[in-house]
Amino acid sequence: MTAMTSAPKKEVVRFSLDGQDVEALPGETIWQAASRYGTKIPHLCYAPEPGYRADGNCRACMVEIEGERVLAASCIREPRDGMVVKSASERAEKARSMVFELLVADQPKRETSHDPESKFWHWASDIGVDTSRFPARETWAPDVSHTAMSVNLDACINCNLCVRACREVQVNDVIGMAYRGHGAKVIFDFDDPMGESTCVACGECVQACPTGALMEANLLDAKGKRVEYADRTVDSVCPYCGVGCQTTVHVKDDKILYIDGRDGPANQNRLCVKGRFGWDYIYSPHRLTKPLIRRDDAPKRWDDQVDSMNPWTHFREATWEEALERAAGGLKKVYEENGPKGLAGFGSAKGSNEEAYLFQKLIRTAFHTNNVDHCTRLCHASSVAALMEGIGSGAVTAPFTAAKDSDCMIIIGARPGQNHPVAATFLKNAAKRGAKIIVMDPRGQQMDRYAYKHLMFKPGRDVALLNAMIHTIIEEGLTDEQYIQAHTSGYEDLKTMVKDFSPEAMESVCGIDAATIRDVARTYARSERSIIFWGMGISQHVHGTDNSRCLIALTMITGQIGRPGTGLHPLRGQNNVQGASDAGLIPMVYPDYKSVELEEVRQHYEKFWGTNLDPKRGLTVVEIVDAIIAGQIKGMYVMGENPAMSDPDQAHARQALAKLECLVVQDIFLTETAWHADVVLPSSAHAEKWGSFTNTNREVQIGRPVAPPPGEARQDWELIQELAVRLGLDWTYKHPKDVFTEMTEVMPSLKNITWDRLVREDSVTYPVDGPDVPGNEILFAEGFPTPDGRAKIVPASLVPPAEIPDEDYPLVLTTGRMLEHWHTGAMTRRATVLDNLEPEAVASLNPRQLRTLGLEPGDMVKVATRRGEIALNVRSDRDVPEGMVFIPFCFNEAAANMLTNPQLDPFGKIPEFKFCACKVEPLKAAAAAE
Amino acid sequence: MPEGTPRPFERQIHPGSGRRKALKTPKGRQLDPQAQADIEGLLGDRPRRPDLLIEHLHLIQDSFGHLSARHLRALADEMKMPMAAVYEVASFYAHFDIVLEGEAPPPPLTIRVCESLTCEMMGAQDLLRALPAEVGAKVRVLGAPCMGRCACAPVAEVGHRHVDNATVESLVAAAAGDHHAVIPDYTDFEAYQGAGGYTLLRACLAGERTPEELITALSDASLRGLGGAGFPTGKKWQIVRGFPGPRLMSINGDEGEPGTFKDRHYLESDPHRFLEGTLIAAWAVGCERCYVYIRDEYPAVREILKQEIARLDAAGLTKHCPLELRRGAGAYICGEESAMLESIEGKRGLPRHRPPYIAEVGLFGRPTLNQNVETMFWVRDIVEQGAGWFASHGRNGGKGLRSYSVSGRVKSPGVKLAPAGISVQELIDEFCDGMAEGHSFRAYLPGGASGGILPASMGDLPLEFGALDKFGCFVGSHAVVILSDKDDLKAAALNLMKFFEDESCGQCTPCRNGTEKAVQLMSRKTWDKPLLEELSQVMRDASICGLGQAAPNPLLSIFKYFPEELK
Repeated sequence: MTAMTSAPKKEVVRFSLDGQDVEALPGETIWQAASRYGTKIPHLCYAPEPGYRADGNCRACMVEIEGERVLAASCIREPRDGMVVKSASERAEKARSMVFELLVADQPKRETSHDPESKFWHWASDIGVDTSRFPARETWAPDVSHTAMSVNLDACINCNLCVRACREVQVNDVIGMAYRGHGAKVIFDFDDPMGESTCVACGECVQACPTGALMEANLLDAKGKRVEYADRTVDSVCPYCGVGCQTTVHVKDDKILYIDGRDGPANQNRLCVKGRFGWDYIYSPHRLTKPLIRRDDAPKRWDDQVDSMNPWTHFREATWEEALERAAGGLKKVYEENGPKGLAGFGSAKGSNEEAYLFQKLIRTAFHTNNVDHCTRLCHASSVAALMEGIGSGAVTAPFTAAKDSDCMIIIGARPGQNHPVAATFLKNAAKRGAKIIVMDPRGQQMDRYAYKHLMFKPGRDVALLNAMIHTIIEEGLTDEQYIQAHTSGYEDLKTMVKDFSPEAMESVCGIDAATIRDVARTYARSERSIIFWGMGISQHVHGTDNSRCLIALTMITGQIGRPGTGLHPLRGQNNVQGASDAGLIPMVYPDYKSVELEEVRQHYEKFWGTNLDPKRGLTVVEIVDAIIAGQIKGMYVMGENPAMSDPDQAHARQALAKLECLVVQDIFLTETAWHADVVLPSSAHAEKWGSFTNTNREVQIGRPVAPPPGEARQDWELIQELAVRLGLDWTYKHPKDVFTEMTEVMPSLKNITWDRLVREDSVTYPVDGPDVPGNEILFAEGFPTPDGRAKIVPASLVPPAEIPDEDYPLVLTTGRMLEHWHTGAMTRRATVLDNLEPEAVASLNPRQLRTLGLEPGDMVKVATRRGEIALNVRSDRDVPEGMVFIPFCFNEAAANMLTNPQLDPFGKIPEFKFCACKVEPLKAAAAAE
Repeated sequence: MPEGTPRPFERQIHPGSGRRKALKTPKGRQLDPQAQADIEGLLGDRPRRPDLLIEHLHLIQDSFGHLSARHLRALADEMKMPMAAVYEVASFYAHFDIVLEGEAPPPPLTIRVCESLTCEMMGAQDLLRALPAEVGAKVRVLGAPCMGRCACAPVAEVGHRHVDNATVESLVAAAAGDHHAVIPDYTDFEAYQGAGGYTLLRACLAGERTPEELITALSDASLRGLGGAGFPTGKKWQIVRGFPGPRLMSINGDEGEPGTFKDRHYLESDPHRFLEGTLIAAWAVGCERCYVYIRDEYPAVREILKQEIARLDAAGLTKHCPLELRRGAGAYICGEESAMLESIEGKRGLPRHRPPYIAEVGLFGRPTLNQNVETMFWVRDIVEQGAGWFASHGRNGGKGLRSYSVSGRVKSPGVKLAPAGISVQELIDEFCDGMAEGHSFRAYLPGGASGGILPASMGDLPLEFGALDKFGCFVGSHAVVILSDKDDLKAAALNLMKFFEDESCGQCTPCRNGTEKAVQLMSRKTWDKPLLEELSQVMRDASICGLGQAAPNPLLSIFKYFPEELK
């Protein structure tokens, strides 16, 4: 025995459970081991879910351990060799039932309780305690201040799960357990009503709560009693950002009732406000349910507006046959009159891999043009350009969950707390474990609180800051020479380039003092494992590719890649922007990034698709718009994209759309783009279709249909095929899985992934080495898929933003997303909870800036640039530095992209959404007049 | 080019419902620039580490008389902490007054009247009833738990000034006077050193002594932890030394057990004997820093230690182990060692689960030697005078000296240094000049609020660790409260249960709900014995810490030894 107790901790522990000899795995608690052996021990405060620490407070899981004076909470107690545990002794069972009796005393009766089907009541009835002999205490009043969640603390048992959910799992840090004794109470911030707190409505607490004290508001009646129950569930994946959270959709009568997070590799049961509460857009009365054809008496105007509830001002209903004929006929006519050059297509990063593949195939094989692109052009095109050039691969080298192994994480030009909220939780978890986060962002943000250093540098001065870091690393000898020798090229050029970029020389350029620059450079270089996360703040600049080149250079000279906890991770913005790009929805490349301009590649595809293909790269999003204005492109097919909102210089973009001879728009709503359409094809929402989606981590995941599309709306892949057939192609796909199978035949990246495997495993990371092994999360341990196997370091010089503030336009305008609204708002603004949380357009300015401008928070202002002007309310936000205005681009009543500068990065062809000059003027009179 | 002219400012059709207006700020309570400046000024160059949260809250409370929401918001921002984390800590401790927007701040002066058993027996409720009318609206009158001055009951604290043997008149007078703590005369650094103090520590630091010989001495002397648990001190040092460093030390000066006041006695009279013992312990165990946690009810002690530690620093005697003084904020539970560590870390005082024991995973996750004040007080004397000297004391099987805090119905209450194992009857007769006039000995609390109640008929039991276990009682911190024929035992038990109800941290169900239910049931005219016994059992068996496990002791004592009270 002595020898066994001194054995290393990693070993299996043998103990006795209710007279049976059992084994606990290393680190397992008594509860976990018992559960594996089929012994059910009640538990309330313990959630056997990833990320939830046992807290041992409710005492519902007490067991008796021989030789110990008091009972032990099995959820938190690890067994030892030789321990004799009795889970069903009279003493243990008595204690557990008394615990329940104490808790039941203060609960509403089960019949009238908020959730009679809660875990609490199930356990209570399991052990036979549904009444109590104890007098009740005074209790708390309900809190219905939040639009999405109801708080009924009369059902609270102080189990602390919501606190752990909020503080330790999601680290949104709103919930606390305040006061003490029987006065102890779950609170939001300073015991504020939930709806007035800093709650970001991730709903993790609701998912964790075992009693119904915290619940989705839509499940309750006016008295706060649960009246809604699901009749089935569907396992799927979230339709919003690139994180790719897996979901369990609870469905009643074929309608979504609520959504829980599922244990996917990217989310481990977590969701954000959009994923959990932003689902009811699919039931919006604005949904398109019948094909529409533009009225002959509705000429196109660039500033047309069409009311979704009354499209009859501009459109008339049509049969599917007529609409499809009209669409195909219109496009065919353009083709016949103008040839391949006259046509273009915008696919979507929101659609599935199969839809993206079919869409690009249609454009390339029916119109013989490579003029096919999608919104990756507006997101990470420059990152991808730099990555392809540098390491021969455009995807992340490691998943964001690599944060768990990382010692240092640079987050630059990304606001994951808002835009990748669930990814952010894993970064915050890492920070809590002790990893250092370095945030670099001209605006303050949620992650700053967890950061070791937070660098609010001058907007657009990324290269100055990053080159100064590179300079420091080289000058101070912090490079990994061995790695550089073995795996990179171009280091000498980099050395020469950054010579003049000392932190001391750059501090006035980038606004960060030299000591701090040196400190973060050292921290990044010296940490055992460092990783870089970046977003649109890097890419959406005229020097976006240069910005990314600097990040790649940083990584390469320090060898911070190819190992757990290291790498390069551009956080992808849309649920399938990775997959759509992989599928070839890009004008320069076929699926898997094979250049359209390489003869042998083209021949391969010509053979595979059985037709001749355009040997020249196509035009990109903004170039297509310019080509329309120039009279070159006359017909377009747009599926699920909204360039009228997402493109820079919106007036210009919409002038182009309105100029098209034939515009076919396929969407679920009558988007701003669809206002200019000739034919509108109503299609299916994410929750209405089968499809595979590839998230930012290279995880290919399966989405399953929850409900049928409304009215006559049809599946997107079917509509692409209908057009294809009418355009003379002989497509006969029966199901998205047929498309996926075809993709696997031509995309080596999908090797060892089949549709059946996706359905079986829900998620497979590519590349994957075998049909039954997990995919490779960390890439490039042994060199790169470049011609010489080396990463190419490309130095970057200073390129100023294209439009610097001046006397006329003294402020910097920057644009982006907000937590509640996603992209152009087409979905989220029609989701009740999200609309309630962020109902209208706002421009955020620093409180001091507001005072300088003589403005009060909430005032109506005019924001103008050289391209246009919009009117909206101002929000006072300390995170925005003085001299800057932030406007999210999701609000069409004050569209940020009326203002943005369409200047492009020369390599990625991405517009400079993050920087242009603007001015802000009070509009009090106008607001009052209205 | 498109036809028509642009129509930029016309009403735009958008997909939102238009039901609500946008917030004028980001979500939640915003930072107030003035409050931010206040807090920045107040904290100065103090570190913003989260373990200093309680210290910083004291700063604000002391400066502004309360904790306003705007200051708390600014503090959270300044410390990069969640608002909820600041609020849950601020609201946990009784001595912080949170004032939210729209709420009135408390009056400038607070009088806390001790309501714990001895003071209650001596008329605390009369003071609480009469005082508000006498002192007026500018003074707040609150009931409060034991202030560690039970020999002078009833006691109240006016601001930070304690008033012993308080009357309404003396308190009214005190309210009009100085509200600072009275610093008693004590043996200061020079006097202590002049009398041979710190010779032993210097010898240790110079390598003239070995940790092993000290440990042997303490073990031979049978020195035990005098905070209540009675763990052998030498053995504890040995255990903590065995865990890989860096190691830390903590001193439990949160003497909150009702009836106990011996630590205060020693700290206010001979603080250096304690400090030397502490520094020797830190040296012997190899602790690189020691946190001295003193309850907020002992402002004079804090003042003394602040001055005297500074002198030690100046004398270079703390280099091996800097002493960091930490201030409690009104929470009995922080006397529980792991709860105290949580409090030192700046959190709510929630006891931790064991295992792991704090000797292995303690303060900031490091191996930690935690010692009671009095335990350290004896270290020097034992080593210098020899283990035999200490061990030679004792009666009825006890070994060593004990400081009994005696209060209640005796003629001469106070700290009584007596042989371990002495019986209560011997203590009353030999050390307290017998019972108070007009009172006959009826019952006694052998170990404060949690040690149970025994009848006078069992007054010959040895008051020593372990000796009372079989009677469902314990001596704990050796706080002996004597009750007489004039005292209501049921009321005493209810007073004690209310104390536990107030002081329960709220973490676990049996204690949080159990104390509350017990108070409700015990407030009834007839006690439901079977139900209260069942409740007691789950509290004993299933509470996380000693508070909940021991809370039913007085109640069970009534059932067991005073059945006549239930008739």
